[in-house]
Amino acid sequence: MLPIEVTSLKKHYGDLKAVDGISFTVKEGEVFGLLGPNGAGKTTCIEIMEGLRERDGGEVKVLGLDPWKNGYQLHQKIGVIPQDFTFFEKTTPREAIIYYADLFNVKVDPDMILREVLLEDSAKVHFDNLSGGQKQKTGLALSLVNSPELLFLDEPTTGLDPNARRAIWEVIRGLKAKGKTIILTTHYLDEAQQLCDRVAIMNHGKIVAMGTSEEIIQQHGSGERLEIHGSEKLADYIKANTDLQVDYNAARGEIIIPLKKRIDALAALAAAEQSGMDWGEIQTRQDSLDDVFIRLVSGAEINSDETEAKPNDRRRR
Amino acid sequence: MVSGKRIFSDFKVFSRGYLRNKFGLFFGLIFPVILILIFGAIFSGGSSGTVNVYAQNQDTGPFASPQMDIASKFLTALNDSGTIKVITVDASENFSQYLADHSSSDGIIIPANFSANYLAGRQVNMTVYGNPASSSSGIVSGTVNGYANYFNLNYFQRKYSDTTPAIIGITSATVNTQQTNYIDFLIPGLIGFSILTSPMFSLVNISSEYKKTKLFKQLSLTPLTKIEWLTSKVIWYIVLTIAGFLLMVGVGVFAFGAHVNLAIGLIPFLILGPMLFAALGMLVGTVTKSPETAGVIGNIVTFPMMFLAGTFFPISTMPAYLQTFAHVLPLFYIVEGLNNVMVYGNIPGALIDMAVVLVITAVIFVAAVKLFKWRED
Repeated sequence: MLPIEVTSLKKHYGDLKAVDGISFTVKEGEVFGLLGPNGAGKTTCIEIMEGLRERDGGEVKVLGLDPWKNGYQLHQKIGVIPQDFTFFEKTTPREAIIYYADLFNVKVDPDMILREVLLEDSAKVHFDNLSGGQKQKTGLALSLVNSPELLFLDEPTTGLDPNARRAIWEVIRGLKAKGKTIILTTHYLDEAQQLCDRVAIMNHGKIVAMGTSEEIIQQHGSGERLEIHGSEKLADYIKANTDLQVDYNAARGEIIIPLKKRIDALAALAAAEQSGMDWGEIQTRQDSLDDVFIRLVSGAEINSDETEAKPNDRRRR
Repeated sequence: MVSGKRIFSDFKVFSRGYLRNKFGLFFGLIFPVILILIFGAIFSGGSSGTVNVYAQNQDTGPFASPQMDIASKFLTALNDSGTIKVITVDASENFSQYLADHSSSDGIIIPANFSANYLAGRQVNMTVYGNPASSSSGIVSGTVNGYANYFNLNYFQRKYSDTTPAIIGITSATVNTQQTNYIDFLIPGLIGFSILTSPMFSLVNISSEYKKTKLFKQLSLTPLTKIEWLTSKVIWYIVLTIAGFLLMVGVGVFAFGAHVNLAIGLIPFLILGPMLFAALGMLVGTVTKSPETAGVIGNIVTFPMMFLAGTFFPISTMPAYLQTFAHVLPLFYIVEGLNNVMVYGNIPGALIDMAVVLVITAVIFVAAVKLFKWRED
């Protein structure tokens, strides 16, 4: 039995098709990422799997249970951090863990859980005095109280500073190493690349690409290309003297040459040298998940967080 | 399926959070005590305050002897009454202008030849200025009337009889065996006030905020159930109500010498009351979309009860239509019940109130639990 089996899942709000017939499965021990711009249907999808929302169509089995009908049983077995996690203002992370342990009727060592999520130092700070990252870690800690095998993390690092995000990643990697199955939504692509074994890119309620990031790049990317800083005149020269396709990005002053074979780069550079014109930095570049993502969801709203969080281009000199 | 352990652990977390939040504690415990101190000080002061009355004596004589100056004697008698203080105004002033200039509506004019006419048995009139809306004017006109009657009787006594006539006197009494005063009525009212406000405002706020911040959604992912959650809140507000009750009774008794009848019949009200208003607050928070709307609706429900359910003033002092309206307010039956037990010792009356409160509480509690949703569709 796979931990998660979703078949033709549908959910609409009035005329809006929030989730429009998606199917996927998640294997045990896998970290599966749901990516997509805001409004793509990620949260609706994850909340249906958690049993917080009723679906309109399709089949969903989570740990073999129907999440809506058997929500109460399911919740004993899963761990969840909802989007924008909050807790009682005047309660400390340690007290929160003890509270959850009482509710789940389990015995836990609160300090061990706090260590696991790197929160020992703030164990006795009231929730409203915690930083954004510490709040998220509290959420992570609570999701671990009932020792679930399956975890749902809905945008666990949204709005956090880079250090806090890396700390959360570290915690998630630790959980992965323990063999937990994790469903993660994010709109940070680097996060998906860092953490996920497989990702599904959602747009307008549909899955537009799914697989490992390498697979997605291979399927939807445009392949390797050579970029040369130089003038348009140089671009024209290369075009005239080789049989390569040559594009020019005037805004960046960049000559772009898609490479069918790597050896083509040599021909292009030879032509540039031959021209006698000045040229600057050169690099070969491959589409990143980022480029593919932008292409796949173009037209969708991409918020500023996303552009900020673009991963460093994989550059090679 | 209701688990006492889960209720207790939720109770622990909630009460601890409540105690750490000074704001809630202030409104739950300190605020009602402040109200008792303020209202107690205002209304239990008794006769320590005298009313200032301006008096213009136009009777300038001449008098055969000082004994014959009845006008001055009359004003002295008024001044000695202890309820009003006479301030003399020169006869040359325009009196009503003078009153206006001194922002006062209370005054007396004694006309010229007042003494001579009185002694001769001729009709004399004095003018009393007053504002019908002001309680001080009531005191002035009552006192002046009393002394006028006394002087009239005196005149007839001197004229027709050599013996002292019997004069009817009045001694004040109230229905209770003990002497009661305003503070005795105020304490049950203010207890009712805190039974209403503390759980009501708190639950309206919590339930709408938790919905907005998705805390309910999160709790729905634990084994805690809705009814367990609400029960733990109810228990906390019962504890808080009883603490507030003891504090208020203590302050009433020790600071103002209130007479309080502490009977077992109080307990149902101290338990059902917080339960009723916690559930009502929950209901308001549940059926509204945002914390802002919840706040508005909460106030619309709460404010009429705060003032019209017999909390600060007995409803018998209100116009008939407001008295009718008071009977649809749940708090009315709690305050009436508390009064029946604490002031009148009227247990059969309290039992009827108890039955009404029980029914209302059951209905509201069930409605709140039914309509309250952890998760969305």
